[in-house]
Amino acid sequence: MLKKTLDISSSPHIVKGRSTEYIMKNVVWALLPVVFFSIYSFGLNALLVIFTATFASVLTEHFLCKLSKKETTVNDYSAIITGLLLGLSLPPSFPLWMTFVGGVIGIALGKYIFGGLGYNVFNPALVARAVLQAAFPVAITTWHPAFLADRFTTVSESVFTFPFMEPHYDAISGATPLSAFKFDGVSTSTMELAFGQVSGSAGETCAIIIALGGIYLIARNMMSWRIPVAVLLSAFLLSGALYIFNNELYPSPVFMLLSGGLMLGAVFMATDMVSSPITPLGLWVYGAIIGILTIVIRVWGGLSEGVMYSILLANAISPHIDSVIKNRVYGTKRKIKAA
Amino acid sequence: MAFFNFHKNTFKHGIHPPESKEETNKLPIKQFPFPPVIILPMGQHIGAPSQIVVREGQEVHRGQLLAKAGGYVSVPLHAPVSGTIRKIANVPTISGKMSQGIFLEAFPSSTQEVLEGEPIDPDTATPEEILQGIQNAGIVGLGGAAFPTHVKLKVPDGKKCETLIINGIECEPYLTTDHRVMLEQETDIFTGIKYLLKATGARKAIIGIESNKQDAANHLNKYIPEGLPVSVQVLPVKYPQGAEKMLVTATLGKEIPSGKLPIEVGVVVVNVATTAEIGRLLPHGQGIQERVITITGPGVRKKGNYTIPIGTPLRFVLEQVGVDEEISEVYMGGPMMGVAVSNLDISIVKGTSGILVFTKKDIKRSPKTYPCIKCGACVDACPILLNPSKLGILAKFEAYDEMASNYNLMDCFECGSCSYVCPSHIPLVQYFRLSKRIVRKREAEKKEKVNA
Ligand code: SF4
Ligand code: SF4
Repeated sequence: MLKKTLDISSSPHIVKGRSTEYIMKNVVWALLPVVFFSIYSFGLNALLVIFTATFASVLTEHFLCKLSKKETTVNDYSAIITGLLLGLSLPPSFPLWMTFVGGVIGIALGKYIFGGLGYNVFNPALVARAVLQAAFPVAITTWHPAFLADRFTTVSESVFTFPFMEPHYDAISGATPLSAFKFDGVSTSTMELAFGQVSGSAGETCAIIIALGGIYLIARNMMSWRIPVAVLLSAFLLSGALYIFNNELYPSPVFMLLSGGLMLGAVFMATDMVSSPITPLGLWVYGAIIGILTIVIRVWGGLSEGVMYSILLANAISPHIDSVIKNRVYGTKRKIKAA
Repeated sequence: MAFFNFHKNTFKHGIHPPESKEETNKLPIKQFPFPPVIILPMGQHIGAPSQIVVREGQEVHRGQLLAKAGGYVSVPLHAPVSGTIRKIANVPTISGKMSQGIFLEAFPSSTQEVLEGEPIDPDTATPEEILQGIQNAGIVGLGGAAFPTHVKLKVPDGKKCETLIINGIECEPYLTTDHRVMLEQETDIFTGIKYLLKATGARKAIIGIESNKQDAANHLNKYIPEGLPVSVQVLPVKYPQGAEKMLVTATLGKEIPSGKLPIEVGVVVVNVATTAEIGRLLPHGQGIQERVITITGPGVRKKGNYTIPIGTPLRFVLEQVGVDEEISEVYMGGPMMGVAVSNLDISIVKGTSGILVFTKKDIKRSPKTYPCIKCGACVDACPILLNPSKLGILAKFEAYDEMASNYNLMDCFECGSCSYVCPSHIPLVQYFRLSKRIVRKREAEKKEKVNA
């Protein structure tokens, strides 16, 4: 005799079987080599900063879920990504208490007040970093040299700065390739940049490892290839044009691509799905805005680096990109229409 | 990924679910046993229900008319077996609604020969006579739509049909009926095409087949009759290529304008099994009594392709093929667009192309949903190039009018590609089905107000 009751469900009855959680987990995996290289080049300092940022993000996410009596969303991995990205975008000897504050801000202000995962307008890690930049302008631009001999045995004094105190820096502090060029006119070799022999934020120094992480995610169809390509291509074209125009005044386009946070930003931050547009053309426009703005800020702005602000700005207009640039629906004429 | 979208021989986007056809695509079509009682609902097709012309207690012969068409958009029903009309009463249907139905008790040991009617000669009949013959035979789209075929074939005044496309795509996973029909019923198919060319005035016919059925394409190619303007076009495998719009674009490179039918670009599309049925029935003036159905899925013991009388109760079918104790879901149609059955007391109808049986452990759907992370997978999958992510968000806010006016909701044909790929497991199609219904209702109400 056959069962009387059957379950009913809405079609389709089969699914691809890939979950949001699984995608997020893969992003974490793709970030791990970057984390390892960061620890390898900056030692215990980087380890502590990255760990603290991640710990603070996850803790905040969990706490806020409990506070609003929801099931915790820590296990969707998105808070870990925010934490890792924040840690990787900070100077390696950044004070831990400030790092912790950053992690809390990223989740609480960058994500939670918008309604949690899927609703955030900005990349949470960048929100945190922007707040830290405004609050601690000195600490966040004080760089630490890479590959110090004692990096696995000693921790910089600044890292353990007492909460609410300004850090003390050791005598040795490094300049990033970008600031060296912008403020002192010193350029760095391509090889050093590509393989991360330079100073900078904890996770931005090795362009090759970052690119490999991106290639992994793109190959697994977990990231839009259009964003990094659009960012890097537009940055390359604009800086290339400037370089051809005057190669004394402007750095080479290769230098522009490999230095600073452009690679990390293009591959891991601009590609945050939630805060980027959704249609192919929209992604191109979004990426190009980031690439061009970054170069404009770097060349003409007061700061040596412009990736963060460019991405935040592009995040802000991404909903508008979506409502203006739509796919041409099958069987219709192209419809570009202001919302 | 849409890295290389330059391929001409296809449509944009779409998905590649596992085909799951290997268990039945080598199995020849077998005759299914007759059930003791056949239950025929009247509303098997889109349009007006058929009108019963027999009474309780009457003895009928196989192929005899039981119900006549209830209007132009309607078809008659014929007796699938010889037997006695036991009862005329309301019966359940898959939609959950009740419909008037006939209970026909089969004679235990008759020959089950089919009554012959007025034959239609494809060479001398006029297009109108052929269309009438198709309606008289009770033929509807056997691919699953169950839309009366004669209505679909009627070329509207001022339009011209250039090309007839025979749909042998069968892009739904698991289903292999069209595949077997193409391998085994080539004569009926070509006869059917002859009728269809005449009825539509098309100058040529293209049989569209996906490359996972290369054997069927070769087989048909070998048997194309002398002088019949038919060609076979093999297309790369992709869901939902069997949808009319996608098939027209894949074969001819033309897009059907939004809200219009294929005839707008000079095309009529007919399913291959429907074509075979026309070719088989019209020369004898008979009505449709049975159809080929794939019965498969992890919960089925004797998987296969069977010719099953229309009106066979689903429970009888499952008992005959043997199913797992633990069955939890049964679908009529394919896994992408088929409908889950809530009640085993419904019958096989003309539009049933497959029966899939899944047990608990085969259901991979996760109950956990996440918010939309705007990953764009649905946008990259939608063959109509809609934005299911945005539509899904709007549906949550019940912004149905905005969905329809700014995001082309009504162009969604519920293929399920978006739900299939969504990593957040958002039931997008379910939202869209509901939203479309609401929009249609509102439009009807508006019209009523204007008319009042
Ligand atoms: S596939 Fe799902 S999660 Fe991704 S954009 Fe579409 S609706 Fe959102
Ligand atoms: S169900 Fe509708 S929205 Fe989803 S992919 Fe199919 S046509 Fe597009």
